[in-house]
Amino acid sequence: MKNRTMKTLALIGAAILTVGALTACGSQTVESTVPETDVQTEAAPAEETQAAPADEAAPAEETEDLSGTISMSGSTSMEKLANAVAESFMAKYPGVTVTPEFTGSSAGIEAVTAGSVDIGNSSRALKDSEKEAGVVENIVAIDGIAVVVDPANTVAGLTKDQLISIYKGETRNWSEVGGANAPIVVVGREAGSGTRGAFEELLEIEDACAYASELDSTGAVMAKVASTPGAIGYVSLDVLDDTVIALSLDDVAATPENIKAGSYLLSRPFVMATKGEISEQNDLVQALFGFLASDEGKEVITGAGLILPD
Amino acid sequence: MSNQKSFTIIGNNANKSRVEKTAQIIFTICAFMAVLAVVSITAYMIFNGTPALFKVGLTNILFGTVWKPTAAEASFGILYIILTSIVGTALAVFIGVPIGVFTSIFLAEIAPKKLAALVKPAVELLAGIPSVIYGLLGLMILNPIMYKLELKIFEGSDTHQFTGGANLVSAVIVLAIMILPTVINISESAIKSVPDYLKAASLAVGASQIQTIFKVILPAAKSGIITAIVLGVGRAIGEAMAISLVSGSSVNIPLPFNSVRFLTTAIVSEMGYAADVHRQVLFTIGLVLFVFIMLINVTLTRILKKGEKNNE
Repeated sequence: MKNRTMKTLALIGAAILTVGALTACGSQTVESTVPETDVQTEAAPAEETQAAPADEAAPAEETEDLSGTISMSGSTSMEKLANAVAESFMAKYPGVTVTPEFTGSSAGIEAVTAGSVDIGNSSRALKDSEKEAGVVENIVAIDGIAVVVDPANTVAGLTKDQLISIYKGETRNWSEVGGANAPIVVVGREAGSGTRGAFEELLEIEDACAYASELDSTGAVMAKVASTPGAIGYVSLDVLDDTVIALSLDDVAATPENIKAGSYLLSRPFVMATKGEISEQNDLVQALFGFLASDEGKEVITGAGLILPD
Repeated sequence: MSNQKSFTIIGNNANKSRVEKTAQIIFTICAFMAVLAVVSITAYMIFNGTPALFKVGLTNILFGTVWKPTAAEASFGILYIILTSIVGTALAVFIGVPIGVFTSIFLAEIAPKKLAALVKPAVELLAGIPSVIYGLLGLMILNPIMYKLELKIFEGSDTHQFTGGANLVSAVIVLAIMILPTVINISESAIKSVPDYLKAASLAVGASQIQTIFKVILPAAKSGIITAIVLGVGRAIGEAMAISLVSGSSVNIPLPFNSVRFLTTAIVSEMGYAADVHRQVLFTIGLVLFVFIMLINVTLTRILKKGEKNNE
């Protein structure tokens, strides 16, 4: 009798597991099909208002017609930009909800590839493997990377070679680059971070860096550099504040003007990736990109401390 | 006869067996929730953790020393990460367990009631502090102190990479403090559950209080104290948030003043931006951590069972 109940229990357990496994698989397929149905339902009004032009000339009377949700996920570096865009877009189109999530560039691209979000934010250029998966790279802004040191540091600027040598671990004391006799604490971001990828790529020191600290957020780098004498780190230009000093590189200060002029060493693209060209997207996404190209959208981008792409 | 049955206090038989059966089914379902969770987590970790093992190679991952997951020729060696977790946890237990056990002896045997009433809530409060708070305090207080120490010790050194105080020692200290409440609470209840007659007999034959504690009470409470150590090890090896803030998170050999990365922080710090094989390797790290925790649990429960048999 006992044996039999044990067996039934085991069977029930196995059944529950299979059901669980099936539903897990099921939910994935559901997820990936949802945006498609979205497109279809939203395609209907699209036909009525056909040829919704994706430029600043978007007629005002159309604004009331738009309603629905744009999902967006990806780079944490783009948090400020994505939130600003979402807010001003929703203010212009009250019927639309934009939901930005910040999961990291790769996660964002993965989500847009899988079709679970409309837009994948990436703070690095797309990899070839990602482009092959059908994702299109739409560069909406350019970000500058600032090299920061603690406020007590007397060094005001570095050359590109000095910076490379510091991050490779060859220069270990500030006195070697004209500063006080203090060891250099090299702070950076974790592997896979968009900022780190951009920084190392721009300096051509990919994976040759000797970090003393690999932190997993921009804020952590700022805090670490601000509180550690002799520390050096890199962060997005737009998060700079008084707690740290931004060094000039090759005698060019880290300012938006210099980045726009192309004279500053460290800058990177902010990408809002879509699955397929923008023209293949649903009305809402097209309207968003139209908004970004408008004067209003440009203001939002520059307001987030970023530089407009050409 | 049938009339008589409906008058019994248990109610009729059909009714009774229905209630019993329903209750039994509910209990069974509840019991299977935990089993289901364990089985599905195990299955998930194996499904997601093994692909990278085949792509990169088991020995390349487990015994490689170079962690460059995003390089053109990516390298996924996690030997230093594994060693850091082992060394860090061992040191934390080495520091935390004696302090914890002695505190529990103090609380259970030595402390005057009023003092115990002060220490006990403090320990319980320690258990309730979120791990991120430990990390923040470590970052703001411990790291600067460590940096001063580091500057003194490695003054003029050309080979040492200065970490600004974010190193293995900081992580170990934070972990040691974090496992204290677990160790104290469980070993205290183990000590308190030692029968009074053992203690009385020991004192009666002329042993001093300290002799009684070390020769009678601690051996008698051995299995409970081992349980406390198991849980302490579990907490230390599984902790991520606090040490990610204080350990520096660079992959290095676990030397005291090196910036180091633990198995947990390796997953936490890179999951956000990882893609392709890199992401799969992070799952493999999770699998390694999972296997570690399983091994620790199994070996220590065995020790525990042996101890119980010896006691009998």
